[in-house]
Parts: sequence; C-alpha cells; structure tokens
Amino acid sequence: MTQHAETNTAGALAPSSGLRGLVADWSSDVQAFQVPWGKAMMWIFLLSDTFIFGSFLTGYMTVRMSTTVPWPNPSEVFALTIGGTEIPLILIAIMTFILISSSGTMAMAVNFAYRRDRVKTTALMLATAAFGATFVGMQAFEWTKLIIEGVRPWGNPMGAAQFGSCFFMITGFHGLHVTVGVIYLSIVALRVLRGRYERTGNYHIVEIAGLYWHFVDLVWVFIFALFYLW
Amino acid sequence: MEHAQTQQHPISVYFTVWGLLFVLSTLSYLVDYLHLHGYLRWSLILVFMLMKAGLIVAVFMHMRWERLALMYAILTPPLCLLVLITLMAIEGDYTFITRGLFFGQ
Repeated sequence: MTQHAETNTAGALAPSSGLRGLVADWSSDVQAFQVPWGKAMMWIFLLSDTFIFGSFLTGYMTVRMSTTVPWPNPSEVFALTIGGTEIPLILIAIMTFILISSSGTMAMAVNFAYRRDRVKTTALMLATAAFGATFVGMQAFEWTKLIIEGVRPWGNPMGAAQFGSCFFMITGFHGLHVTVGVIYLSIVALRVLRGRYERTGNYHIVEIAGLYWHFVDLVWVFIFALFYLW
Repeated sequence: MEHAQTQQHPISVYFTVWGLLFVLSTLSYLVDYLHLHGYLRWSLILVFMLMKAGLIVAVFMHMRWERLALMYAILTPPLCLLVLITLMAIEGDYTFITRGLFFGQ
C-alpha cells in the first residue's frame, strides 16, 4: 500500500476523480482499488454475503408467494403483551433500534480511531459489541417464545408450514453474523486498547471491522422490511 | 500512507444519519402499527427500507467518499439479484396456480 501510494505521488498525474478516474483505475496497469487491501477484501466478502442473504430472502418470498395456506401474520406472531396490552411487533422494533444504535456507536468508534483516541475507540467498540450481544439475547428470547408456541421448521399452528423454516434459517443466519461480529469487534477493541495498531499507525483495521458491523445492520434492514413487516 | 485518504468526517454527519435511521425505522414500524394494507403498505416498506440501506451504505460505510472504481465494483453486482427476483416471482406465481389447480377446491 505504501509503495502504491508513493507511485501515485511520484507520478506526474494525480488520480483523477469521477468517470475518468474509474476508467483510469480499471484500465491502467496499477492496483485498481486505491484502498488498503484489507478494506477491498472486506468489501468483496460483504458482496458475496449480499448474495447469500439475497438468495435467502428471494427463496423466502418465493415460498411465501407459492403457498396456498395463509401466511402467519408476523404482526401478531411477534407481538408481546406488556402491562396487559398486546403491542404488535414490539420486540422486533426494539431489536431494530438496538442494532441501529450499535451502528451509530461503531461509526463514532471509526472516527475516534483515526484521531488515535484509543480509549474512546475501545469504549465505543465495546458498547457496539454490548448492543450486539443484547440483540442476540433478544433473538434467543424470540426463538424460545416461538418454539414454545409450537413453531418448527416443518410446520406451525399459525398457518403456512414454510414460515418456520424461513424464520429459523434467515434470522439464524443473521444472528450468527451478529455473534461473529461481537467476537470480532471485541478482539479488535482489545487490540486497540493495548496499542497494537499504534506502532504501525494503521487504524484501517477498525474501519474494516466497522464495515462488517454496518453490513450486519444493513442485512437487518432488509429482514425487518421483507420478513417482519411484509 | 498518510496522504492516502482516511475516512475522517465530522461527527455531526454520523449523528444526523443516526437520527434519520431512527425516524425511518419508526415510520416503517408505524406502517404496521397503523394497519396499512396492500400496495400502499408494500411500497412504503420498500421506500423506507431502501432509504435506510442507502444511508447506511453511503455514510456509515463511507461509500459516498470512495472512488468510483470501488463503488461500481461493489454496488452493481447485486443488481443481478433483480434477475433472480423476477424469475422467482414468475416461478412462485406458477407454483401457486399449479397448487391451486391440484390441491385446491
């Protein structure tokens, strides 16, 4: 990366922007993506993950469209009774706000990492991980509740049999991503605190971890809209 | 490394997006809470979903400050999913009608 950056400044031409820059980046005999390799790799991994979740959601929509039995109403299935009144979808709404907040703290963590404020970065990353852990905890609660009510991957008392398999597969895969993210963020946060990146000054690691975390939030936006609200 | 741009933006940008995401989430929750139905419900859900996704990718993931080379490499391939969605929508309809013919009545 350093070498590449040097060639850029050494060359007479500064990298142009816009479409001209796109053509120059892709057609010249140079590194195409002018970002640290880790960041480019994370983006490409996230792209492949987009296809995984895209296929899951498309598959879910296909079975939902093709079933002749009415689909269980998510608004009622995921309702909680709080203080005697039944509030539709409230648990999912809270989970959504928690995940958005975690994305907010993560974005701030990246910002403080580039300012080399190690304590604030670590604190914000650990807060993000804590929000993530809370999210997984609430998901475990939700799974337990549904399993007690008799929802299984092969059937359920509320309606179309495909509901269970779609629910467990999509939210399970997303929950797995959140869990992995919590571990990933905790490791990076502790390394920041110990000053591991201070020696090289390479705080891109935090931004790359952030990309993964924002992606987890991004996937939830689609699951929330297409599975829970639809 | 120093002059290779780092993603350093004012904190207020993040707070604004954070707030907007809260507002959009509340709005999409209200779509369900107010029992909207049919095309109004679906289009509102999709609009709020795409707005939230756009904000996350553009600002939180810093895509709007990246070079076009990366932007195009990452953002155009998912459009292939539209082909899959179209094909599966046709397939889903077909299965539904076939099931109606054989199991229905």
